[in-house]
Amino acid sequence: MEQDCIVRIQNLNKTFRGRAGTVTALDGVSLDIYRGEIFGIIGLSGAGKSTLVRCINFLETPTEGTVTVDGQELGSLSKKALLEARRSMGMIFQQFNLLQQRTALQNICFPLEIAGMKKADAEKRARELLEIVSLSDRADNYPSQLSGGQQQRVAIARALASNPKILLCDEATSALDPTTTRSILALLKEINKTLGITIIVITHEMAVIEEICQRVAIIDSSRIAEVGPVEQVFTRPQSAMAKQLIYPDGKRDKLATGKHYCRIVFDGNSSFEPVVSNMVLECKAPVNIMFADTKDIDGRAYGQMILQLPEDERAAKRALAYLETQNVHVEEGDADAFT
Amino acid sequence: MLSPELWAQSLWETLYMVIVSTAVSYLIGLPLGLLLVVTDKGGIRPMPPLNAVLGVIVNILRSIPFLILAVMITPMTRAIAGKAIGTTAMIVPLTVAAAPYVARMVESSIKEVPFGVIEAAQSMGATPWQIVWKVLVPEAKPSLMVGGAISIVTILGYSAMAGFIGGGGLGTVAVNYGYNRYNFEIMLVAVIIIVIVVQIFQVCGMWLARHLDKRNR
Repeated sequence: MEQDCIVRIQNLNKTFRGRAGTVTALDGVSLDIYRGEIFGIIGLSGAGKSTLVRCINFLETPTEGTVTVDGQELGSLSKKALLEARRSMGMIFQQFNLLQQRTALQNICFPLEIAGMKKADAEKRARELLEIVSLSDRADNYPSQLSGGQQQRVAIARALASNPKILLCDEATSALDPTTTRSILALLKEINKTLGITIIVITHEMAVIEEICQRVAIIDSSRIAEVGPVEQVFTRPQSAMAKQLIYPDGKRDKLATGKHYCRIVFDGNSSFEPVVSNMVLECKAPVNIMFADTKDIDGRAYGQMILQLPEDERAAKRALAYLETQNVHVEEGDADAFT
Repeated sequence: MLSPELWAQSLWETLYMVIVSTAVSYLIGLPLGLLLVVTDKGGIRPMPPLNAVLGVIVNILRSIPFLILAVMITPMTRAIAGKAIGTTAMIVPLTVAAAPYVARMVESSIKEVPFGVIEAAQSMGATPWQIVWKVLVPEAKPSLMVGGAISIVTILGYSAMAGFIGGGGLGTVAVNYGYNRYNFEIMLVAVIIIVIVVQIFQVCGMWLARHLDKRNR
C-alpha cells in the first residue's frame, strides 16, 4: 500500500563550520514520515537528532538535500512562504521555552498574534486550547508559577494554536519526572488520535518511543542506522546502535562467563505461555535467566529474555531446537553477542 | 551659603539635563543596542560588516573621557543647540557620550534572553521584527530597567562633570563655589544632593525592575 507521506527528507546533509573545522551533523539522511503517525527519532546526544528535527521546519537550513512538507519543498520557498509553512508545524522543546513575562493564556495567544489574529479571537482560541491541555484554571499564571509538566502543557497548547498538521517534539519529556512524562506522552497520544496531527518525537529514551511511537528511526553518528515499526526494531534490532539502545546497560559484566547464550524475543501472542518452563521440562536441562524484561506496547505484550544455556553442547542444542519450534524469535550467541 | 532658590534651580537644571539626555540616549541607544544583537554572528539577522562598524563606533565613543569628548564636539554642540554652554547645550555631549553606553547596556540585557525562546518564536513563523518587539524587548524588560537605572546614574555623573565646562546644575555649583572658591561647605551640600538623587534613581529603578519581572511571582 502506498503510504501518504507528510514529510519526505531526501539525502539531507548538514555541516557546521566551527572553529575546530567542519562538523558533520547529518550525513545522507533520508526519511519518509506518514500522515497521522507518531514517528520517533532516537539516538545518543550529539548523534544529530536535534539538527534533523530543526531541518524539518528549516530552523536549520540543510547544506544539501531536500525536505518536503505536505507537498512543499521548503528549500524552494520564499522567506515569507517559509514563515507561512512554519505555521503549519508546531514545535515543543525540552526547556519549554515559554515567554516568562507573559501569562499562560498570553503565551498561547502569541503565535496567533504574530499571525495577525484579532486579540479577542486569539484569546477565545487560547482558552479552548487550555481546555484541551486541562489547564483552564491556570490561564493567568506566569510560567514561573507553573510546574514543569504544566509549562510543557502550555507549550503544547501554544504549538497547537495555529492548527498545525505536524507537531515536532524535541526531547519534550527529558526535563520531566517519570510520572509527568507519562502524562505528557498520554496527552500527545490523545492529540494525535483526536486531532489527527502527525507527531515527530525526538528522544534519547527508548521508553518514550515504546510508549507512543508507531515507527522509529535510529540515528547514529549523523546517519540513519535503522528505520521500522517500533515492534520490529524492538524485537529484532539490526544495527549496533539499535542493540545498544534496546539492550540493558551493564549486561556485559554479568555475562562474563559461559559459552551458550540465547536471546528470546516474545511477540504479543506467546509472552503469556510458559515457554521457558516448558523448555526446561521438555529438554530436562536447566537454564539460567540472565535478564528478562517484558512490556506492554500499544496494547500488546512484548519482551525479551537472555538465557544462559547448559554448558553441555547437546543439551544446549536441544534447548535451542525446542525454542525454534515455539512461536518466539531466537538469537544464539556468546556473551559478547548481546552487548 | 546659597539661597534655597538657587539650590532648587540647580537641582532642577541637573534633573532636566539628566532626564532629557537619558531619554534621547535611549532613543538612539535602544535601537543601536538591538541592532548590535540582531546583526551579531549568532543573531537573528547576522550582518557581520554592519555589526563590526557599529561596534567600532560605539567603542571609540565609549573610550573618550566625557570631559574631553564634550570639548571635542563643541562645534557640533553649537550647531545643534545654538550655543556651547548652559544646560540645554550640555544635552548634546551628554547624549553623544551616553548613547553608546546605553547601547552596550541594552545589548547585554537583550543577550540575556535565552536562545530557546527566540527559537520557539522562529518555529512559529515570527519575523525578525516581531521577534525583536514581541520577544526580545518584553522578555528583557526587567533587565532593561536595571540597565536604565545604571545608565541614568552614569549620566548624572557626566552632568556633574559638565560643571567644569559651564554645564549648569549641581555640578556647576560644586565647581564654582567648592573648587574655585574653596567653599567646602557648599561643595559638600552639592555632593550630598547628588548622592540623594542617585539613591532615588537607583532604588526606583531596581524596584520597578523587580516589580515588572513576572519571573518573581
